[in-house]
Amino acid sequence: MKPTEAASRYFKIEAVKALDDNHLRHSLRGAMDGLMSKRRATLANEEELQRLRTVCEGIRQHALSRLPELLEQLEDKLTELGVHVHYAEDKQEACTIIHQIAQAHEAKLMVKGKSMVSEEIHLNEFLAEQGVEAVESDMGEYILQLAHEKPTHIVMPAIHKTKDQVSELFHEHLGSPLTDDVDELIRVGRSALRDVYRQADLGLSGVNFAVAETGTLCLVENEGNGRLSTTVPPVHIAITGIEKVVAQLSDVVPLYSLLTRSAIGQNITTYFNMITGPRRHQELDGPQEMHLVLLDNGRTQAYADEQMRQTLQCIRCGACMNHCPVYTRVGGAAYGTTYPGPIGEIISPHLMGLDDTHDLPTASSLCGACAEVCPVRIPIPDLLIRLRTEAQRSPNEVVPHPIRGQGAAHSVSEQMAWRLFAGVSSHAFGYRLATQMATRLRALTPKRQLGWTQNHVPLRPAAKTLHQMVKEKNNT
Amino acid sequence: MSQAKERILTKLRQAQAHSVAHPDVGAYYQDMGAQWGSDLERLRHWADTMRAVNTQIVWVTEANWLAQLTQILADHEIKTLAVPNQTMASQKIQAALAVDAPKTQCVVANQALEACKTEWFNDVDAGFTEVRCGIAHTGTLLLWTSAQEPRALSLIPPLHIALFDTQTLYNDFYSAMQALAMPAGMPSNVVLVSGPSKTADIQLTLAYGAHGPKDLIVLALLPDDIDPTLLGAQP
Repeated sequence: MKPTEAASRYFKIEAVKALDDNHLRHSLRGAMDGLMSKRRATLANEEELQRLRTVCEGIRQHALSRLPELLEQLEDKLTELGVHVHYAEDKQEACTIIHQIAQAHEAKLMVKGKSMVSEEIHLNEFLAEQGVEAVESDMGEYILQLAHEKPTHIVMPAIHKTKDQVSELFHEHLGSPLTDDVDELIRVGRSALRDVYRQADLGLSGVNFAVAETGTLCLVENEGNGRLSTTVPPVHIAITGIEKVVAQLSDVVPLYSLLTRSAIGQNITTYFNMITGPRRHQELDGPQEMHLVLLDNGRTQAYADEQMRQTLQCIRCGACMNHCPVYTRVGGAAYGTTYPGPIGEIISPHLMGLDDTHDLPTASSLCGACAEVCPVRIPIPDLLIRLRTEAQRSPNEVVPHPIRGQGAAHSVSEQMAWRLFAGVSSHAFGYRLATQMATRLRALTPKRQLGWTQNHVPLRPAAKTLHQMVKEKNNT
Repeated sequence: MSQAKERILTKLRQAQAHSVAHPDVGAYYQDMGAQWGSDLERLRHWADTMRAVNTQIVWVTEANWLAQLTQILADHEIKTLAVPNQTMASQKIQAALAVDAPKTQCVVANQALEACKTEWFNDVDAGFTEVRCGIAHTGTLLLWTSAQEPRALSLIPPLHIALFDTQTLYNDFYSAMQALAMPAGMPSNVVLVSGPSKTADIQLTLAYGAHGPKDLIVLALLPDDIDPTLLGAQP
């Protein structure tokens, strides 16, 4: 499916389809249970976990509080090292910058390490239209590229695919024999991509942490594809959101520790790659030229509001989606956005506007599991409620930091209903009258109650109000 | 200043974010950093953690590491070994292999990758690197790029052999960063390596050798006062 701006508009329709897919639900359940138990095992020491969360939350909040200065410090450091730094306000600008770099090198082939930001700007599609082929090198992303699909999880992009499906894809596209041996499938993928690293004119990567103090770009990975993509091609382009900066090199130590354990329950990944500029004098490998693209694309909107700014603390571990009862049942594709799950529900409205995403903040039971596991303590449920409020707010209401698409879900009748409820509930006489009426007329309760009765028995008022029951109890 | 940069920074500054204090990362590691009863326990933890992710640890001494390396090359039928350019270890390896393993050809990393990319990808069976230091807590090796020791050595060949002086083992990444004074002088590339390349991207099934080395063998150099048998090694 070609990504569209408005894919997330159809979340409710896509969620219903996903719920009907028993295979998807079964495989997601198993995968998420495994990830949750691994995370629990590596974060079993509660004191350590809470202190580490406090440190990491502090590092992210400190960096965000000084974001403009740190961006300038990062740029100065990188420039000193010979890295070209670019700022892009939106996805079109980011794609254009990358294409211009490709043009300057007459590049036809790009090999890509994992980068959610490049997904966010639909870079592959843009480059393809300009005649530049971009090949994903993360094994999961490569599988999805062959399947013409998009990642459904930010850490494990192809989590919804079975080995049989991968085998069929490799058989169809790479001519390998059908097999259910995962080692053999990995060997096939490895072999196909090795030629790409060797031949690529450009290598592109994301960034997990950008260090202002030293100009170091940090990449977290297990496969080595990120190292190959940033080492072998003559030009390395890194792309990241403006929020990924941290002040000091030592800040990455606790962040990295909590990232890997929260994400996949590993104490450490196979590789932690710290790149500080291009190849230096007399060095024999590494890129000869290096670029960093710093992308806004709605992040400054989140930054403008003190509460919403907490969204930008995210270190992209995906723990919130692993623990989310909604994500676990519908999977990532239903969201129609680059970032699915709870983090997607709070960041996508800033990247895409509420017009296209106003259903997403409602894709939560507000159970709080996401906030409980968030390594940097983003209060996701609070932000979801705030976004629901902004989507319901009148588009004409003037507020200090309006969100693009404010009022996208505004409904006069719903507003009236809530006002009526608030009015009745806040006056003793009105409340008593309403509850007494409800208990007396309970037999008239409709059997169908919007979406609720699809999976639940109808809600019915109790035979007696709480006040009546308390009164009776006190009299006995 | 580009217009995009100016606009982005202006929007960020207009938010007038309240200053938040920087947390004391050092204090956290002082209180919560990994500790062991003895150097031996620490070394055993490091080795066990590396072995848990498919790394082969070979305890060696200054006197026997070259012989052990020769044996490994023979066991793995390595035809071509890439070595760093003009380091002490590299020179010793070249001299030793010429005598003890004439079937293994040594390729010295002394030319730019562009000039030998095809050879690196197709013909080099193993790469040898030295290790700047180890990290006990996570079972990790820290590699430090230099003009003598390019990144390709630990990245492109299917087998990575690393020589690690166990006296440079630190408790955790934070201690290693402080000891190496990393913020004061980062090379173009530092990489922490904790096992051979792996992936679980297909149905969450773990498989090694996704893109980088399929195998990692560490020649862990022990000081004379540590008996390798205490670490579970054969005498």
